[in-house]
Amino acid sequence: MNIIEIIKQPWPWYIAGPLIGLTVPTLLLIGNKSFGISSSLRHVCAACIPANIPFFKYDWKKEIWNLFFVSGIFFGGMIAAYLLANPNQVIVHPTLAIELEKYGITDFSGLVPVQLFNWSNVLTLKGFLMLVVGGFMVGFGTRYAGGCTSGHAIMGLSTLQWPSLVATCCFMLGGFIMANFILPFILSL
Amino acid sequence: MQNIEQQTIETNTDFEVRSLDAICVNESHLEHKWYHNLKYVAVGIAFGIVFVKAEIISWFRIQEMFRLQSFHMYGVIGSAVIVGMISVFLIKIFNVKTIYGETIEFHPKAFNKGQIYGGLLFGLGWAITGACPGPLFAQIGSGASVIIITLLSATLGTWVYGYIREKLPH
Repeated sequence: MNIIEIIKQPWPWYIAGPLIGLTVPTLLLIGNKSFGISSSLRHVCAACIPANIPFFKYDWKKEIWNLFFVSGIFFGGMIAAYLLANPNQVIVHPTLAIELEKYGITDFSGLVPVQLFNWSNVLTLKGFLMLVVGGFMVGFGTRYAGGCTSGHAIMGLSTLQWPSLVATCCFMLGGFIMANFILPFILSL
Repeated sequence: MQNIEQQTIETNTDFEVRSLDAICVNESHLEHKWYHNLKYVAVGIAFGIVFVKAEIISWFRIQEMFRLQSFHMYGVIGSAVIVGMISVFLIKIFNVKTIYGETIEFHPKAFNKGQIYGGLLFGLGWAITGACPGPLFAQIGSGASVIIITLLSATLGTWVYGYIREKLPH
């Protein structure tokens, strides 16, 4: 196998995890920036629709690096998907595959299940709950918690902040409850 | 009177940016031309490629994580934290400076109940959408255009949080 073919395979955790961890010192060294992503949504609000809300009245231009960073994530996603795409289907755990089949999810060709996340589903009840309500909870919850997986779990734990450990445990607990107890009802709608 | 009030709000807002959002705040006191920001685009691109190639942005991987069916995501997050921790430790003990010669600053994060309530709420949303804010950008880039809806809704969620923030327990 040549190098390009190896890169096109899904990367194992022990390659990806350390690379993500290295983002922390990289951002610190190139500009004293604390790694975090969910704040970008706050900066967008502050820039576009501040509406005189104190929470959005700050100098967002000083934080504009964060918007450059997330635009890079967008382009990175594009490069990886179009130039370095995995030629095979996403491998899904057999138990999960059997469970998803019950809800009619059989297409594992994309990174997101195309049978759930597509434009014609936006206005169905299931699609609305998954795209709109789910997205709302992500945006509201991360800001309420003061950070997301990157800001709390990775940057916060790297700097040994115990509030970040509390937040990370709550992220996981919320996820466990949703995936195991609530999502099955949403998927069977 | 109103002037003073206005001023208090402004200074206080800055204080709150730091106390409630110490994470993700620009610690640099230097000002640069806009193109200096291009280096963050470069880091973002590398980051986005890892997101896609390691399938961290995959809805299926997130479902497996929350059903304890795969070690992959735990390995990714765990090893990222360990590498981040060692890096921060080294920066602190050797007092490493930024490329501009600035001292690297860390702000302690204060505990508030939002980390519990908000954390749970985000966790619920994470398991539905299969994405935290970072992967949303990468998913859209990788061609899942409908995720724009999720991103817009997440931005709305952030805005509504800011709007009702004073009434929420913290």
